[in-house]
Amino acid sequence: MGLKSSLHQLKEKYKGTKMAPAFNALHTFLYMPNETTKHGTHIKAADDLKRTMNIVIMALVPCLIFGMFNAGFQHYAALGTPVDFLSWDAFWIGIIKVLPLVAVSYGVGLAIEFLFAIIKGHEVEEGYLVTGMLVPLIVPVDLPLWMLAVAVSFGVVIGKEVFGGTGMNILNPALTIRAFLFFAYPTWMSGDKVWVHGAVERAGTADAISGETILGSYAQNADISYSLSDMFFGFIPGSVGETSKLLIIFGALFLIFTKIGSWRIILSTIVGALVMGLIFNGVVDAGWITGTSKFYGLMSVPFWQHLLIGSILFGAVYMATDPVTAAQTNKGKIIYGFFIGFISILIRVFNPAYPEGVFLAILLMNVFAPTIDHYVVQGNVKKRMKRMQTKTV
Amino acid sequence: MALLSKKDTKLITDPLADNNPITIQVLGICSALAITAELKASIVMAVSVLFVLAMGNVVISLIRNIIPSKIRIIVQLTVVAALVILVDLVLKAYAYELSKQLSVFVGLIITNCIIMGRFEAFALGNGPWRSFLDGIGNSLGYGLILIAVGFFRELLGSGTLLGFRVLGDPIEKTVLYAWGYENNGFMLLSPMALIVVGLIIWIQRSRNTSLIEE
Repeated sequence: MGLKSSLHQLKEKYKGTKMAPAFNALHTFLYMPNETTKHGTHIKAADDLKRTMNIVIMALVPCLIFGMFNAGFQHYAALGTPVDFLSWDAFWIGIIKVLPLVAVSYGVGLAIEFLFAIIKGHEVEEGYLVTGMLVPLIVPVDLPLWMLAVAVSFGVVIGKEVFGGTGMNILNPALTIRAFLFFAYPTWMSGDKVWVHGAVERAGTADAISGETILGSYAQNADISYSLSDMFFGFIPGSVGETSKLLIIFGALFLIFTKIGSWRIILSTIVGALVMGLIFNGVVDAGWITGTSKFYGLMSVPFWQHLLIGSILFGAVYMATDPVTAAQTNKGKIIYGFFIGFISILIRVFNPAYPEGVFLAILLMNVFAPTIDHYVVQGNVKKRMKRMQTKTV
Repeated sequence: MALLSKKDTKLITDPLADNNPITIQVLGICSALAITAELKASIVMAVSVLFVLAMGNVVISLIRNIIPSKIRIIVQLTVVAALVILVDLVLKAYAYELSKQLSVFVGLIITNCIIMGRFEAFALGNGPWRSFLDGIGNSLGYGLILIAVGFFRELLGSGTLLGFRVLGDPIEKTVLYAWGYENNGFMLLSPMALIVVGLIIWIQRSRNTSLIEE
């Protein structure tokens, strides 16, 4: 007897009981369900919610694998005993530090999803599949696992379930989880220690190592020791999966090609970031700000380099495009994306304590997305009314 | 004979649960957010409001028939202001550190919606004894939520209760901290107070579904 039929039998056995949603979810997660629709005509489409989620996860896997190599690479580079990037030594650090993050993220998140499905008696939704993959990619590598577990339970319950579950949330759950970590445990989410494995435990000892990010160095007006190609390929410290701009661009092309991610949002976010960067460059060029200012370092970064440092590209491609929390109208998407990029760079420059603001900018625009949509729709209604009036006159 | 009639008992017990001023009437949220980062401040605030609301209700109820209705809000404000100044001066005299910590919030009891709300909704139409009981009941209901929120925020945010290190010493790394536990800084920020109040409302409404409004 195959796995599929035994799962099906289990499902039939528990039908109508409280545990039914859990078995249903396991069954549909692994196989197409046996049930067919019985009434009316239906359009059959291959891209159901599960398929959509899986495509995003496929786009994220390269970032994850790169992040695993990079975790070890940065660790040994900071220790002063560099190893090859694609070496077993580097990957081993990734296995022992990054994989547990993934496991905790999925384990805790899915447990809560199953729990809510059983209590509320609805089917388990696939909403957490992408969130669970995003979360390990946007946290520092040394984050204690229990903190991640607390944050994931907070994010899933307060960020999603209280609004009614998948598809009803206002805020991006992955970013809610990151925001919770950021405000609850700032010492583990910012500063110059957390971004490289081993830097926290060595802090204050004779063999202390630095885990400073490029943004952190810029914020202190310090010199940058990484080349532009390092930044582009991702051989820099940072959150686990956000360093490699090349792989993020591949992911973006994949998402746009499969029509899962909106090119309008991605493009307008980048344009928004560039515009804000240009404004700051203009301020520096005009001489309104001098080298002694604490904002000088970040403001004088050439505007296009803002895309290579920090997590603006990762946010634009994987976070801003979340179809639930983004604006829904085409014009709205462009406005929404533009402000994400614009505000991201604004926060990045004027927030010297924690020099990055992409997640805050996206959460802020998540809140405004329905408002933007409302005005776009009203504007369209007005335009059409006008057209009708001129016709009838 | 019982001390309180059944109707009078309801005046005290109702606001504690199914007619709670914070979780059901959604009054007095501002102070629930502002001063609940520590349990001690929550308790002092709860006691202060208990005094002001009970006394104020009695005074308003006594003079309810001679207040011209056009200027009743001003009269009510004067009564609250007098009582609040009393509380403020007592705190300054006997608990100076605490009064500095509570700073403007004692003064802001004047603007606490619960107080004006009870004056308007109850004291203006009922006798002094019943108004007194209503004041006690509502401020107990308010205090209950305040103390619950303060308890969780101080315990999880600072790892202390009333200033005692119940979870161990974060610097010496004792008890829980030895296991790598850390205080949750988010708990000390006001948004978390709102979320904790929300969770209490959630629990209350899932226990008593008749409270859920359409």
